Amino acid sequence: MIAVKDNASMRQDAEPQAVVSARGIKVHFGAVKALDGADVTILAGECIGLVGHNGAGKSTIVNVINGGLSPHEGIIAYEGDDKVHGINAARAHGIRCVFQELSLAPNLTVVENMRVVHRSLAGWNWRRQAAAIIRAKLDEIFTGHKIDVMRTVGELSIAERQMVEIAITFCAVGEEPKLVILDEPTSSLDAGLAAQLMAYVRAFVQTGGAVMLISHILGEILSTASRILVMKDGRVVADRVAQDFTVHSLVQAMGSVVKEQDRKVRNEERVAASPILALPARGGKGLAFAVRKGEMIGLAGLAGHGQTEMLLDLHRSLSSNWLPGRQDKITFVAGDRSLNGTFPLWSILKNLSIASLGELSQKYLVNRQREEGLGADWKGRIEIRTPAMENGILSLSGGNQQKVLFARALATTSPIVLMDDPMRGVDIGTKQEVYRILNHEAAAGRTFIWYSTEMDEIRLCDRAYVFRNGAIVAELVGDQITEENVLAASFAGEDA
Amino acid sequence: MNRPSSATLRLLIPALSLAVLLIAVFYLQPRAMSYIGLNLLFNLAVPIALATIAQMLIISVNDLDLSMGTFVSFTACVAATYLQSSPLIGILILAAAIAVYAVIGIIIYIRDLPSIVVTLGMSFVWGGLAVLLLPAPGGTAPDWARWLMTSKPPLVPIAIVASVVIALISHLIVMRSSFGVLIRGVGGNQRSLQRAGWSVVSLRAAAYALAGLFAVLAGVALVGLTTSADANIALRYTLLSIAGVILGGGEFTGGRVSPVGAVIGALTLTLAGSFLSFLRISPDWQIGAQGAILVIVLALRLLLNRVEKREKQL
Repeated sequence: MIAVKDNASMRQDAEPQAVVSARGIKVHFGAVKALDGADVTILAGECIGLVGHNGAGKSTIVNVINGGLSPHEGIIAYEGDDKVHGINAARAHGIRCVFQELSLAPNLTVVENMRVVHRSLAGWNWRRQAAAIIRAKLDEIFTGHKIDVMRTVGELSIAERQMVEIAITFCAVGEEPKLVILDEPTSSLDAGLAAQLMAYVRAFVQTGGAVMLISHILGEILSTASRILVMKDGRVVADRVAQDFTVHSLVQAMGSVVKEQDRKVRNEERVAASPILALPARGGKGLAFAVRKGEMIGLAGLAGHGQTEMLLDLHRSLSSNWLPGRQDKITFVAGDRSLNGTFPLWSILKNLSIASLGELSQKYLVNRQREEGLGADWKGRIEIRTPAMENGILSLSGGNQQKVLFARALATTSPIVLMDDPMRGVDIGTKQEVYRILNHEAAAGRTFIWYSTEMDEIRLCDRAYVFRNGAIVAELVGDQITEENVLAASFAGEDA
Repeated sequence: MNRPSSATLRLLIPALSLAVLLIAVFYLQPRAMSYIGLNLLFNLAVPIALATIAQMLIISVNDLDLSMGTFVSFTACVAATYLQSSPLIGILILAAAIAVYAVIGIIIYIRDLPSIVVTLGMSFVWGGLAVLLLPAPGGTAPDWARWLMTSKPPLVPIAIVASVVIALISHLIVMRSSFGVLIRGVGGNQRSLQRAGWSVVSLRAAAYALAGLFAVLAGVALVGLTTSADANIALRYTLLSIAGVILGGGEFTGGRVSPVGAVIGALTLTLAGSFLSFLRISPDWQIGAQGAILVIVLALRLLLNRVEKREKQL
């Protein structure tokens, strides 16, 4: 493998032992291919940087390596042993993981969380043992920290929680950690703490441990990793020593070289119009937000960098907290269908008409004929594939359910439509249909504010705001909306 | 850092409300301030405290047991019949009941069912079984249970001793032992345990079984006090036990529970009843007044939480 060749010169011992090697891993969730033949080999004593845009398969490969997800195809071997599977097998081979979201129990103390994570911690005085180990490790990594290990995790600040989680993961109780996967470990640490962590990672690697580092701060990756893997569309597209990359070449490697989709050029006269909705810069950082009538605005950037919060704030700014009233100014298309989109027990028609019942009612009673008329109208317009609108919503495929949610929003008279990455897991055919409807509606003067993790969708927009760490860091207009520009803005360069 | 931990703060309100109620009772009826007076005030709290601990174990894994009252009634009926006449069969029945609790815990987790619905259904099963055992009030308490609940230790009445022992033992199990840490971990962040390779099913089953054990003890203690049983003897325990957990500083979700607080909560609820009798409030109004006391205490806690949160933000 390339990996072995690249590092052979750097290694002292003659026989490089792969801590983990994953070959030809394929994972799919329904129609969506999360991993499409990814190859990752991690040797002892190296720090791998893993970069890629949303949906490139980073978290999926992490879950495959730590045993939480078994691949549909491909071989995964821990220290050459490919017979074992699962979380416990991975842990037994010293694979540890720090997840992006907090994975400690907030109601337990730091010491008690040690007990949960380190199963070999036992005996009558495990509390004292655990406290000594975690204190020593925290002192070693984050010298000068002020964390009281007897406090519950819920009482700690976000940064302290992340420090604790990292320290717990690096602790050796019984077995030594051989590979530690750090998924965005510095996302809530300040520059000083991040530097301490990176220094520790380099020291850990020097003593023979392996680290896989996932970060959106490219400077961090370039300065810490010895080898960098770039993932795109479920594959590893580049695998070279870190010295071969620069910030620019990394961004290029992440982007796709495929066809520039021709965008619909809409009339430019609305640029002069005054904004119909505006928000100041979020948290006092970055750029302010404004939208004009008939615009299609894209909210881009890596997932979870504040786009959904922005949509919720926009929604809140136009609707009252206390009295719901008639919300005819703004409507919302939810991204997580099962969580806040569909009413699973209701029929397709009921799911569609719920947002427009006000307009369909006479004297507070719903006019059935008009409701059915609305259903028949939208069934034809967006081609909901069902024999009857009276069928349950769950009888539809995911993509068709999503179309119903779109129809729900579009059937209202609201001039502004917010969309929270609604196309996740929707097949390409449906997407094209929805894009067509959106273009049509935008031309008719509707305003769309669209958070999407997919570059093709952002490119459909008139303007795009790129988010990083909860703030808008770039505004791209028209032809400036390219994958490269969005990537460059969403991955910080040298600044940590 | 000298700031008290959140666990201590959490115990402050229940302890304070118990003290205030106790002082009020002593003020209204100074004769309660004696060995016999205290025992009379608190002896009915012992089974309630045990049931509250049982409920707390269920709540600590983010579930709720609505069958607690009928289950305690059922175990009381078993204690007053089989456990007294043929102890071996009685013990077997109670052991089987605990096993059923473990199975309920497993089913709720594996089938992803709402615990409220499953336990509500089970409450009719337990109620029916209790009626089958004792169609009319009757039975006799086992001698040892009667002896235990009416014994007179020197200086401190048995009701207080028993409450302290219950609080200590459940504190050891739930707050200090590894097992307790894991159970609260299930309530706090189940995925964290799964990622560390623990079996959440067996932990939940164990939590339910332990709850079943405490509920069995509640039934036996109740029969020891009342000398005979009835199929409806402990119906109030369902809501009393939930109220006791919450009053004692526990929360419905997130594995935030306090065994000492739960026992204090049970004592407070029992005392609230006596307090209202001493005030000569007619029994018709007592339940409402008891509810009012509950609302006041919980409002105080919300206030405290808000102050705590504000301090954190500063």
